[in-house]
Amino acid sequence: MVYPTKELDTDRRPHRCPVWLSSLSCILLCIPSVQAAGSKVIGSGGATSIDGMAGGGIVPWAVINGYASSDQWSLTSALSLVNVDDYQLHSQGLSLSYDNRWELSYGQQQFSIDQTDVQLRQQIFAAKYKLAGDVLYDVMPQVSIGAIHKKQRDFALPAAIGVTDSADQEFYLAASKIYLDAVFGRNLLLNYTLRASRAQQTGLLGFGSTSDRSYQWCHEWSAVLLLTHQLAIGAEYKQKPDTLDFAAEDDWRDVFVGWFVNKHLSLVAGYVDLGSIAGKPQQDGYYLALETTWAF
Amino acid sequence: MGILGRWLLVVLLLSGCQSKPETPDWLYQQLGGSPGVTQLVDGLLVKIEHDPQIVHHFRDTDIARFRKLLIEQICQLSGGPCQYSGASMQESHTGFQITAADFDNLVNHLIAVMTAQQVPMAAQNRLLALLAPMQRDVINR
Repeated sequence: MVYPTKELDTDRRPHRCPVWLSSLSCILLCIPSVQAAGSKVIGSGGATSIDGMAGGGIVPWAVINGYASSDQWSLTSALSLVNVDDYQLHSQGLSLSYDNRWELSYGQQQFSIDQTDVQLRQQIFAAKYKLAGDVLYDVMPQVSIGAIHKKQRDFALPAAIGVTDSADQEFYLAASKIYLDAVFGRNLLLNYTLRASRAQQTGLLGFGSTSDRSYQWCHEWSAVLLLTHQLAIGAEYKQKPDTLDFAAEDDWRDVFVGWFVNKHLSLVAGYVDLGSIAGKPQQDGYYLALETTWAF
Repeated sequence: MGILGRWLLVVLLLSGCQSKPETPDWLYQQLGGSPGVTQLVDGLLVKIEHDPQIVHHFRDTDIARFRKLLIEQICQLSGGPCQYSGASMQESHTGFQITAADFDNLVNHLIAVMTAQQVPMAAQNRLLALLAPMQRDVINR
């Protein structure tokens, strides 16, 4: 597949894995005087998705990031890498949560195409609010609403293939529940997220298309089995809009292993299947993520 | 249904399978019977004593009576030969203004004590499942 050779955006400040965010991750781990851990039970804050929000790897959940419980704050930073056959996606996220009810997050992504110097960047600003329920204690699932503003920063290529907008909003409603003693005496987390989106490849290729600028309803699921208090295996399925004539867009899937090392550090490794991206089929590969979190 | 759906269905179906039927006091035995439950509660009290966030709630508590009632409650809840003789969760926690964070701390301490006592994971999760519904009766009163 030959990409349009139109001159690319010259405002390019390649920022793979920014130093400041990596440093923050290390600082959050290493300052011994700030060992405050937050009260939530380990694992019940989920991980951080590639968009910077609390959830699995590719699906935002109703849980609020970090271990902050009532009247507590938490700050969480996350780094992740997705490496498939012809593409790489680097993501960095930072989120602040309060009272186990509010979550504000910032994420940035750099998507690169192998054997080219094309890089597509995106910034993600999101807010999440817990409406009702409790993921652990209530019979009723925890239900949260989320609003996301996404800004794609390298729009020349998307514009050339029929995408109409470089920035847009997404909205979602998520329900998460940990079923205690559910499967083989282990706890099972299930999440369902309903998202309204016009994104092309989650926004990496912009939003909307010349043939369809309407919002699409997308269904997303995660299931995670907590083998021990600190070790989890999970799977996710993420429906995607498919409105671009230039190339089909497939749903995403992943399976992963998560290790909640302690209440400050978690690591995730997984296999992702992203289907066809911009005409290149069968994009699958690995996913690695690191999350550090600190409560105060 | 894709591979994910089939996998999830298998997991959920298998969750209904057990190798042999449980006895009514299965959990009580998994917790170590009477000495085990007593050891759990004593371990929990030590944790509470060293937790500055929640120990203040126990300032005016008759600890000996609290210990006795907690042993009774866990014993009965887990299918043991006990009868809880205390007040309801709502009544006994009214006026304390126990926060969700306080309750979370206690759950964390219980998990730590059960793990230190090598209670099997399935039994730990069974006990947590039995205690979880009490949270709404305990907090914010």
